[in-house]
Amino acid sequence: MSDQDPREIFRTEARDLLEEIEQGLLDLVEGTDDRELVNAVFRGLHTLKGSGAMFGFDALAAFTHHCETAFDRVRKGEVRATPDLITAVLNARDHMRALVEDGAVGREAEGEELLADLHRVLALADGPAAADAADPTTWRIGFSLPANAMVNGINPLALLAELRSLGACEVVASTDAVPMLGELVPTECHLAWTVVLHTAEPRAAIEEVFIFVMDEMNLEIEAIDGVEIVAAEEAEAKVDETALGGQASPGQEGRQAQAEARKGGESVRVPAERLDELMDRVGELVIAQSRLKQLASASTDTALRSVSEEVERLAGELRDTMMVVRMVPISTLFGRFRRLTHDLSRDTGKAIELSTRGEATELDKTIIERLADPLIHLIRNAADHGLETPEQRLAAGKPIEGQLTLSAVHSGAEVVITLSDDGRGIDRAKVRAKAEESGLLAPGAAITDAELLQMIFQPGFSTASAITSLSGRGVGMDVVKRTIEGLRGTIDITSTPGQGSHMSLRIPLTLAIIDGLLVRVGEGRYVIPLAAVEECVELSPEQDARSTGRSMISLRDEFVPFLRLRELFSTNLPSEPHQKLVVVSTGEERVGLVVDQIIGDHQTVIKALSKLHADVETFSGATILGDGGVALILDVAHLVAAGQQLEKRLAAAS
Amino acid sequence: MTASILTVDDSASMRQAIKVALRSGGFAVEEAVNGAEGLTKAASGQFNLIITDLNMPVMDGLTMIRELRARGSAVGVPILFLTTESDDGIKQQCRAAGATGWVTKPFEPDQLVRIVKKVLGQ
Repeated sequence: MSDQDPREIFRTEARDLLEEIEQGLLDLVEGTDDRELVNAVFRGLHTLKGSGAMFGFDALAAFTHHCETAFDRVRKGEVRATPDLITAVLNARDHMRALVEDGAVGREAEGEELLADLHRVLALADGPAAADAADPTTWRIGFSLPANAMVNGINPLALLAELRSLGACEVVASTDAVPMLGELVPTECHLAWTVVLHTAEPRAAIEEVFIFVMDEMNLEIEAIDGVEIVAAEEAEAKVDETALGGQASPGQEGRQAQAEARKGGESVRVPAERLDELMDRVGELVIAQSRLKQLASASTDTALRSVSEEVERLAGELRDTMMVVRMVPISTLFGRFRRLTHDLSRDTGKAIELSTRGEATELDKTIIERLADPLIHLIRNAADHGLETPEQRLAAGKPIEGQLTLSAVHSGAEVVITLSDDGRGIDRAKVRAKAEESGLLAPGAAITDAELLQMIFQPGFSTASAITSLSGRGVGMDVVKRTIEGLRGTIDITSTPGQGSHMSLRIPLTLAIIDGLLVRVGEGRYVIPLAAVEECVELSPEQDARSTGRSMISLRDEFVPFLRLRELFSTNLPSEPHQKLVVVSTGEERVGLVVDQIIGDHQTVIKALSKLHADVETFSGATILGDGGVALILDVAHLVAAGQQLEKRLAAAS
Repeated sequence: MTASILTVDDSASMRQAIKVALRSGGFAVEEAVNGAEGLTKAASGQFNLIITDLNMPVMDGLTMIRELRARGSAVGVPILFLTTESDDGIKQQCRAAGATGWVTKPFEPDQLVRIVKKVLGQ
């Protein structure tokens, strides 16, 4: 990458820096008053200014200089990091980003305005930092004293007593370094201690305890969060739980994970296109390999067969490795939403707390990028419609602060992303009224609760009274649903009136290669994503004949509608006498697909359909088979929906 | 039990200041006017803590600390020294000699009491 434009490299760096600055600022907003965070933000601004000037981003450097100066005062404890100040610096950060991305032309006035704002807020924030108003923190303090410490009048008990005076603490002594009895000198100190201390005092207060011995001793002081307390408990340090009650908010855990992720290990930065290219090559290799396999299996040459098997194994491993390389933790996505929540909170006047879980969950980077918009929309909706105003919450006996919880968890070959709010829940009557009004639902029609809730995903559905500057921005929930389905995912809603709603998105781990079930219908071959396949059963000619016109089959006492793909694809060839029924499902609903033959599993390298076929709904893509033929990939979500509609039509007709 | 403290200083006013401060803090205080006297008194072994000045005639504080530790006449007894400046060099020397901690001059009475209590673990 040495031939890259240095300005471009700077841009990439600047984006990271700005990201870190934003994260740092948001952490400060949430009250984790931490020197380290303030310093991190300051360092970020400082580096940005320095590099900016070096690479000719003069406007950026000049602007950042002011912010750096302002934040330097926070760092020195001259002013407090008030929410207003943080907001001002956040806005300034956005301006910096614009300067980095789009240049300085025509932005002078905006910059002036932001700086004026910053200085105004800074004047208000004047006053010493309220360091002791910090939230209680849990510290792990490890120390050992020099052997002659006790002789010299240092009393370890006194040190421990002083630590106790700072807050609830639990002490574990390590006797590892104590010599055998014969060599033991009673006046020497060989113990080491681990203290888990929960205190609102700053780190300096802990250091003060050790002031006389600091230079000669081993001392480690680190802030820990709730997760690690469990580990400390294993070391028989049972922490006073009442003292720790409620201190480890889930968000804190997340931020810790993020901080870990940010630290990262040794890594190489690779342009995303190269990864895509590499993925394409791997895809082609897998296709070529399946050709080889086919040739080898038709041959009697054992050497060829053994090479073919070796290549198959290697190609499989290469594919798996490649997939892992493309995986990025979802924290990169979740991180953005903290800013969004911050802004939403300001715009709606509602106090909103966003907690995130499972940020370490990894997903293909393309999917993560495509998930951003739908999730932004869902969060906006939740903040705008889901959460009540502070007055309403108070009246309902809820905490003023509305909770949004965003979590990600692996489930087989899928990731389930859930957005929950503790708001008012979806008003069924309103949804029904709106659906009937817009003709999506026959008046008085009986539908299940789940179906009613799904109505909000219908195109053109929007509770008119609810459109505000926030969520009425053109994209409807139908677009959200379509995007999720475009990722071969599904979206489910549950909602309890008065208690809130949950949106669950099930997303496949990758878009590039899937395990598929290769089937034949007439002369064509098709791939059904294996993840969606529940079971395969034989459809006997008798069953086939019996179900004509009704297209339902009883599977273990449950009726499942099925689609004859032969009819759907207008295949003219006569059907096989023994057709197979592949039962596929999306979440709750399932449908059977009648095929002529099940060929077997197939490593499916997904090729997108051309733009000309963008409106084809039955297929989500195509793949190349070992013999060079093409198989279309069935869009299961669409087929299930079609099957369910068919069932409804038949039910209505009978 | 009232903790007993030996203060070693050639300046009578300083001894007085320390005595008043520590007595108000609930300690019993004995005095010595230089390192040599301090050494003799400390050998009686009745003190819980020793506070000493550094610059004194006959025997300076540093030598006294070193001697006390070397003779084993103050095993486990904390020794604080008074120092005017936060000079790390002298602190290091004293600590190497066996001092427990220091008190920076000038000090407020309650500051002294706090440090003494800290070292005694009270």
